[in-house]
Amino acid sequence: MEKYKLLDHTSDIRVEVWGKTRKELFGNAVAAMFDVMIDCPSEEKTKPLEEKTVKINGNDLEDTLINFLREALYLFNGKGWLIKSCEPLELTGRSVVARVQGEPYNRQKNPLITEIKAVTYHGLIINKSKKCWQAKVVFDV
Amino acid sequence: MSEIKLERIDDNRWLLPQTGGMKVPGIIYANEKIRQLLKSDESTRQVANVAHLPGIVSYSLAMPDVHWGYGFPIGGVAAFDLEGGIVSPGGVGYDINCGCRLLATNLTLADMGDRLSNLTTALYQQIPSGVGSTGSVKLSGKDQKQVLEDGALWAVKAGFGKPQDMETTEDGGAMEGADPEQVSDRAMERGKQQLGTLGSGNHFLEIEVVEEIFDETAARVFGLRKGQINIMIHSGSRGLGYQICDDYLALMVKHAQKAGIDLPDRQLACSYLDSQRGRNYLAAMACGANYAWANRQLLMHQTQTIFEKSLHLSPRELGMRLVYDVCHNIAKIETFNIQGKMKKLCVHRKGATRAFPAGHDAVPAQYRSVGQPVLVPGDMGSGSYVLVGQQKAMQETFGSACHGAGRVMSRTQATKVSQGRSISRELADQGVLVMASSKGTLREEIPEAYKNLNDVVQVMHESGIATKVAKLKSLACIKG
Repeated sequence: MEKYKLLDHTSDIRVEVWGKTRKELFGNAVAAMFDVMIDCPSEEKTKPLEEKTVKINGNDLEDTLINFLREALYLFNGKGWLIKSCEPLELTGRSVVARVQGEPYNRQKNPLITEIKAVTYHGLIINKSKKCWQAKVVFDV
Repeated sequence: MSEIKLERIDDNRWLLPQTGGMKVPGIIYANEKIRQLLKSDESTRQVANVAHLPGIVSYSLAMPDVHWGYGFPIGGVAAFDLEGGIVSPGGVGYDINCGCRLLATNLTLADMGDRLSNLTTALYQQIPSGVGSTGSVKLSGKDQKQVLEDGALWAVKAGFGKPQDMETTEDGGAMEGADPEQVSDRAMERGKQQLGTLGSGNHFLEIEVVEEIFDETAARVFGLRKGQINIMIHSGSRGLGYQICDDYLALMVKHAQKAGIDLPDRQLACSYLDSQRGRNYLAAMACGANYAWANRQLLMHQTQTIFEKSLHLSPRELGMRLVYDVCHNIAKIETFNIQGKMKKLCVHRKGATRAFPAGHDAVPAQYRSVGQPVLVPGDMGSGSYVLVGQQKAMQETFGSACHGAGRVMSRTQATKVSQGRSISRELADQGVLVMASSKGTLREEIPEAYKNLNDVVQVMHESGIATKVAKLKSLACIKG
């Protein structure tokens, strides 16, 4: 199954993300965000990496997703730490705990494609179809 | 996509009737051509969404460069009553005080000779631009607080520019009420290394030549003349501003329900102006605004140094001076006549420029006889306009005008249609030298991704909001 696709938006970047479970949906959303930003071949994402645990809360599932993406973006923009894989371990409607793996960002090794300024709430949708969970998120670039 | 029906008011204005939960109607400045372009995006819906917010006064407005943003449309203007009205971080945008600065020189096109290419290379190599670039100034915690409080004044005191630069900067380059205590540690951290950097995306530095003068009097007052070499800088508050917006947005989303504010889109999250959270945001936003002014002051200083060195000119020979610096992502407390009464309002300009008329106190003394310069950069290669604010802006648009051309094509679409083309060669054929740190940026920013700048400016000119003073042609452009 595909993880995500890019949708059209006049000034920003809008993605549609899928996952068989909500956890997978959250993990794929982080993967989509980093794919938009950074050139990182998939074989690099499985090598031994540093590990961090991320715990995030929100008002509801939508808010939790946005806060989770925000935290992942901050690890990169604020701490210079590149996330290469992300696995949500626990997820409720109002919180998520995830194991993220990555390393200090090296610009030469993984060039930046697009700077994402922020994760927005605009047009945010999470819903469940028969087959899978689906979310739409707009990134401000 | 959008099903909202607009009613024509006149050649340049469309009424968005008040329906449902809208507290006021909307007005969109557009000619027929721009109106057609709006049908394919969501910006009309966004103008209607803004009209739902508490305390909005008169109209939810959109300038002719309006396009689909997140929450507020880009090109949106909305004013809120200090009593019962709100302030919205999304109505300012992530890039707080993103804005433009126009520098004039004593040089003419003839003086440049064959030196443009070397000069552009020097600017490109020495001015930090592109994603994640860091500046030459590393700030200590104490210095950074000073930047947030004093804005451009900090830069001038540190030796980057002259005191008179502040006279021709909006708000004197320092917004009142800035309180660094309201800025998070995360925002401070992101701001430490980025002062004096251009940034990425649509940010740029452009060398331009004055091609045409429309208003001789205003041009003379602004010190613009045909054939003169000028520089336009477009940049903002970088990561510090993005983080301030993000922090307060998260906080306001969390509390909007409790405050009893019903939001058509969470990105419109806001707080009452008369609340602690609203005041804290304004104090933090002012810090972001001041950082941006210090940033553009530094970029100007670097530009001047590089011009002098590369062209072997003394400061006197070069004669570089600041024509004006405007912000186009901001919320400001300003006074307007609302149905015969002078009222203080919080005006949000999200991708819109202040356009105050002759005689207004906030217009620099040397320009007060004609009005405030309104800087309108176009898309890459299409040059810029200098307009001047008119009295009509005070009556109709809360003293605001357009800020650019406005996108019509998404970045993915632009990348698709420019596949296999050499954008830098196409622009070179038109006489514009472009250097960009990313080929992706060039493709995303192709001219056809934007509305025609002439159309956008003509709407402002004909409606008498801000009138044309001069048109500048691009010679060289540095993109992030």
